[in-house]
Amino acid sequence: MSLYTRRRIVNHVGLTLSILATLFGLFWLAWLLWTLFGNGLRWIGPRMFFESTPPPGANGGLANAIVGSAILTLAGVGIGAPAGILAGTYLAEFGRTSRLGAIVRFVNDILLSAPSIIIGVFVYGLIVLRTGHFSGWAGAIALALIIMPVVVRTTENMMRLVPDSLREAAAALGAPSWKVTIVIVYRSALPGIMTGILLGMARISGETAPLLFTALNNQFWSTDMSRPFPNLPAVIFQFAMSPYEDWQHLAWAGALLITVTILGINIAAKMLLKRTKS
Amino acid sequence: MESPSSHPSSPSNVPSEPANAAVSLHPAASVPAKKGEPVRSPKVEIRDLCFFYGKYKALHDVNLDIHDRQITAFIGPSGCGKSTLLRTLNRIYELYPGQRASGKIMLGGRNLLERADDVNLLRAKVGMVFQKPTPFPMSVHDNISFGVQLYERLSHSDMEARVQWALEKAALWEEVKDKLRQDGTALSGGQQQRLCIARAVAVKPDVLLLDEPASALDPISTQKIEQLITDLKKDYTIAIVTHNMQQAARVSDYTAFMYLGRLIEFGETKKLFMKPAQQQTEEYITGRFG
Repeated sequence: MSLYTRRRIVNHVGLTLSILATLFGLFWLAWLLWTLFGNGLRWIGPRMFFESTPPPGANGGLANAIVGSAILTLAGVGIGAPAGILAGTYLAEFGRTSRLGAIVRFVNDILLSAPSIIIGVFVYGLIVLRTGHFSGWAGAIALALIIMPVVVRTTENMMRLVPDSLREAAAALGAPSWKVTIVIVYRSALPGIMTGILLGMARISGETAPLLFTALNNQFWSTDMSRPFPNLPAVIFQFAMSPYEDWQHLAWAGALLITVTILGINIAAKMLLKRTKS
Repeated sequence: MESPSSHPSSPSNVPSEPANAAVSLHPAASVPAKKGEPVRSPKVEIRDLCFFYGKYKALHDVNLDIHDRQITAFIGPSGCGKSTLLRTLNRIYELYPGQRASGKIMLGGRNLLERADDVNLLRAKVGMVFQKPTPFPMSVHDNISFGVQLYERLSHSDMEARVQWALEKAALWEEVKDKLRQDGTALSGGQQQRLCIARAVAVKPDVLLLDEPASALDPISTQKIEQLITDLKKDYTIAIVTHNMQQAARVSDYTAFMYLGRLIEFGETKKLFMKPAQQQTEEYITGRFG
């Protein structure tokens, strides 16, 4: 068998396996979406967005949980993203070869793969036990701890993609290094950093485990972050496990809503990156 | 390849001309002064310059003068240290840990390698243009004003005037005057490089360092850049690194030939190309090696 024939066969086998693997992944995603739409779509109506979670047997919606989740997610991004950007900046611009940089990078990788329930228990011990009650702030801090390592990683990677020649060019004009970082490097890396934040946001908007230990849940409308805080994942968890059919319907609707939101954020992130590449 | 006796800075090579010769002489200047030439004062005096990438010594005791409002070209095969030498003149190498220089580089009566004050002030005085065009991800206008704003507070109209002045100096104004608000990265390669030259000129440096400014460009852009360099000579002291010997011969007044981290020969371009003193120089410029 000639080398060329061999290479063609290997190529075909590799391509076939890749396509099969892709189809395998897409199959489950399609099934999941199909099930969610099939069971959830019919329960989505205006009431869902205007009424709070009902007691069993009564009419109601998910308004408190939707707004609560949005606030928790934004607060988590608000706390975690700036810290992540600063740490990522340190790694990319100042700690590239230093020992401290290597340690920070390593610890961040551990945090990145830490199970979210561990983060939840940690914040439970740190805040909930000390304050004596569950609270929205505890939930936001747990989510911040989850998004932060994602932002650190993407920020460092995106800033490293900015060529050194650009940094040299700015330094050669007499620009101090902080100015090079803020005006030149951030500007070049901004779309990538934003994409990282969006992807991290998509990740934390569906987190359940850390919220069960921190924000818990709230059946009523509440925007008081120092009290137990309503949120979609906990509502889905609670309602889906319940024996009441109307609660189960709301859980389906909530699950569909959260999935579509995450899908939307992911698509937005991809489009942001694509638009700036072209 | 090279014996110590042929080293240009070794004592045996020191010319015996008196110090009041018309052309500033130093150990490396192998071209003797000629009577009747205009007095040329050295803008930058490089003495016993050594450079290290970590433990690797990339420059060995380089001595030469860069003359005021003249174009000095650095030629030599890849890895000979010509870019390294250029990068010591604005201490841009300091961005990278493990790189260091020793010796003296005198500019304005001070050793710039030892300047304790802000290295950024030095870089504002010694501008640099790189091999690959490096427009900042901002508008054409802001590409120019970025550097100016660092050290000058100009009114809006003064800044507009400065931007136009710099773009005219770089022979780019006519092409971009209607797209000053467009992204600098959207220009063609040749335009980008002239934008970078305009950017460097805009801060009004004393010395302009050009590191193979035309090597990534097509012949027409190259010609424009060369014309530009010649025009800029009126106001600036220029040091240019080039791979292209014809380019060195065309644009420069002085040429330094470097090989393996050493300065082999330095002198007026005409003489260096017509009648090189060192055999290695002759072999290189006639294309027998390198």
